[in-house]
Amino acid sequence: MNCRFDVLVVGIGGQGTVLASNILGEACVIEGIPVRGAETHGMAQRGGSVESHIRIGSTFGPLISPGSADLLIAFDLLEGFRARHFLRDGAPLVTSRSLVVPTSVYARSLPVPEESGIISALMGTRLCVVDAAGIASRAGSPLAQNVVMLGAASVYLPLSYEALLEAVRRTVPEKTRSLNEKAFEMGRDAGCNP
Amino acid sequence: MERRYLLGNEAIAHAAREVPVDFVCGYPGTPSSEVVDTLRVHPDPGGYIEWSVNEKVALENAIGASWCGLRALCTMKHVGLNVAADPLMTSAYTGVRGGLVIMSADDPFAHSSQNEQDSRVYAQFARVPCLDPSSVQEAHDMMRDAFALSEDTALPVIFRPTTRVCHSKSDVVLGEMKTEHRAGAFEKDARQFVVIPAHTRLLHKALNEKQPGIRRLLIEKGYNHFEIKGKKAVITGGIAASYVREVLPEGISLMVIGAYPIDDEWLSSFISRHKEVLVIEELAPVIEVQVRELSGTVPVYGKKTGHVPFEGEFSPLAVEKFLISAGFLEKNIFPEPRQPDEVPMRPPILCAGCMHRSAMYAIRRIFPDSVYPSDIGCYTLGLQMGTVDTTICMGASITIGSGMAHSNTGKPVVCTIGDSTFLHSGITGLLNAVYNGADMVVIILDNRVTAMTGHQPNPVTGLTATGIGSPPVSLEAICRSCGAAFVETASPHAITQFLEVLKAARDKTGVRVIIARQPCVISDRRAGVKRKPYIVDTEACTGCAACIRFGCPAIVFEEEKARITDLCSGCGVCAEICPSGAIRKEVRK
Repeated sequence: MNCRFDVLVVGIGGQGTVLASNILGEACVIEGIPVRGAETHGMAQRGGSVESHIRIGSTFGPLISPGSADLLIAFDLLEGFRARHFLRDGAPLVTSRSLVVPTSVYARSLPVPEESGIISALMGTRLCVVDAAGIASRAGSPLAQNVVMLGAASVYLPLSYEALLEAVRRTVPEKTRSLNEKAFEMGRDAGCNP
Repeated sequence: MERRYLLGNEAIAHAAREVPVDFVCGYPGTPSSEVVDTLRVHPDPGGYIEWSVNEKVALENAIGASWCGLRALCTMKHVGLNVAADPLMTSAYTGVRGGLVIMSADDPFAHSSQNEQDSRVYAQFARVPCLDPSSVQEAHDMMRDAFALSEDTALPVIFRPTTRVCHSKSDVVLGEMKTEHRAGAFEKDARQFVVIPAHTRLLHKALNEKQPGIRRLLIEKGYNHFEIKGKKAVITGGIAASYVREVLPEGISLMVIGAYPIDDEWLSSFISRHKEVLVIEELAPVIEVQVRELSGTVPVYGKKTGHVPFEGEFSPLAVEKFLISAGFLEKNIFPEPRQPDEVPMRPPILCAGCMHRSAMYAIRRIFPDSVYPSDIGCYTLGLQMGTVDTTICMGASITIGSGMAHSNTGKPVVCTIGDSTFLHSGITGLLNAVYNGADMVVIILDNRVTAMTGHQPNPVTGLTATGIGSPPVSLEAICRSCGAAFVETASPHAITQFLEVLKAARDKTGVRVIIARQPCVISDRRAGVKRKPYIVDTEACTGCAACIRFGCPAIVFEEEKARITDLCSGCGVCAEICPSGAIRKEVRK
């Protein structure tokens, strides 16, 4: 297997980027593909911007270079915008529609960022916007937004649907398994066509 | 044999169980904490496991276990090794019985640290072997083998993964966990274990005589290796090796260093087969200095020549630039990335309902024109609130503060320190401040847990690392026994009462201790503590933004009015701060 595919997952500390990384990594193990990852731990994650690098098919180091990610998955629209420079030309950004306004905006009286403004600033990027919050609630829990987002992004991944779904099953807490399977499938249905 | 996708620290923990390690201790510190955290929550933890109160205590415990023949692991972050340096330096003289591995996790780029020191230099200083993994798999394999290396050399071994190993993930091949633990026995030998001058002089000589054998052993074990491909060579080590492998063009030789000390003759014969050498290593020029000593007429590029920086962490992109600047690579491999977009910063912040925010708010109100020495913990984020003026190392809030209190600045000194940090190395500072008559206020931010590094229990929590009940130590009793006459306890969530306690302290002299006690909001949530959230009465809200200035992430400002989001954890402090009484507890109809 010499397919190399670099995925960057970004969000805010507490949104579940680590679980997303675990699901993608587990899917690689199921498929027998080497994988490397890097993520944010410690104080750096307290409500701040966080990122998980997942390098599918890589046997090198864990870091993705700016301008070379094959896919960017954002759990927060503003964080997707912040990390856009990681994408290689023409690679897709799959992002949640919602955003949390950083406290720094109020503290420094900056203009409050809004969905429409960010989406128009992202013109020129291959964009797939997902109503992760709405879908997760319909699947049974707003906490499943990260799995919804993985489902939506799954069509771009060089990993089989079966391996990803099995990885979701193995990775999430047992009592939330069927909820998360549903979230994954609903996310996949809501995803964009590659 | 099993292949799993694991965090570096989880793989390291697993490797220790494959040995198996008999005795585990350490003090939490990013990026090292998950090793003990993984081991301690295992349903069958195997050997003995403790969170120690600081790194010196931890290492001395581990040395004790090793002298009884047990295999001991002691974990800490790089700066923890400063605290443990005293036992480290002399344990190299005395040597070990059971394998002793000291994991000192380095943090290039200081992602979560106060400096970027390099533990390899400590290993060189102490003259003990040092292992420096370049990947998660190698970290696993090195940890598994390090105990045998320690027993073969009869020395402690420093294992030095960096953040990008500890907090990287990878598919890893794991071995079987073993359960045959050793029983300890201490065989007395005063000439080894009592370092009076007559003994230590001989021990020092013996340590020096061991060195050539260690260098050869590390080559035999295959930690250091090379491939000759041309007349130019890159020498690298640790995580940087993984970046070099990604971008190194064909036809350039590669040497990877995974263990120290490096054998001179072996290194020298590699250098002499090349016309140019580039050394790429993060932080201190440990490899580079030795390469320069041995290079003769072969030009060496690296930190000294300005091709590679002395600080920060590397990446494939950074290594590409080093190779280009030294003429080892002709053109870019990675596309020239676009400039990042201008986006408002989202730095880490104190949680909604965090007691540190309320405490810092109160400190600013009662001690407005003061100096605020602080310490290491979540509350260092009080920097954003203007109540953190200094942070240097664990426990230094009280001591920097007492130094300032004796410096006649004319300003009150109000220092803050967390419960775990106070127990780690704040007590001696308090004792000293009281003994020498400092005039200062010490606020112990007691949230009952070591929160920042991942909620490890400590002596105030009431539990040990493995969840065994342990009587919570009384901070009040400790402070009083240090001689402090003013010791008051209050919760910063009861903000009005807390302000009164601060006022009472302001009106006294000497060392005044306030214990600001309120459990961490995350611990509370995990324990199922529920408080009703608060809401803003938009009719009554005047849009004065007093609550916004408080800085709680659960409060947003929309259409000139405050609104409380679902992040609210119900601490209620904003309701007491609001001058219009517009914030109240939500009442469900």
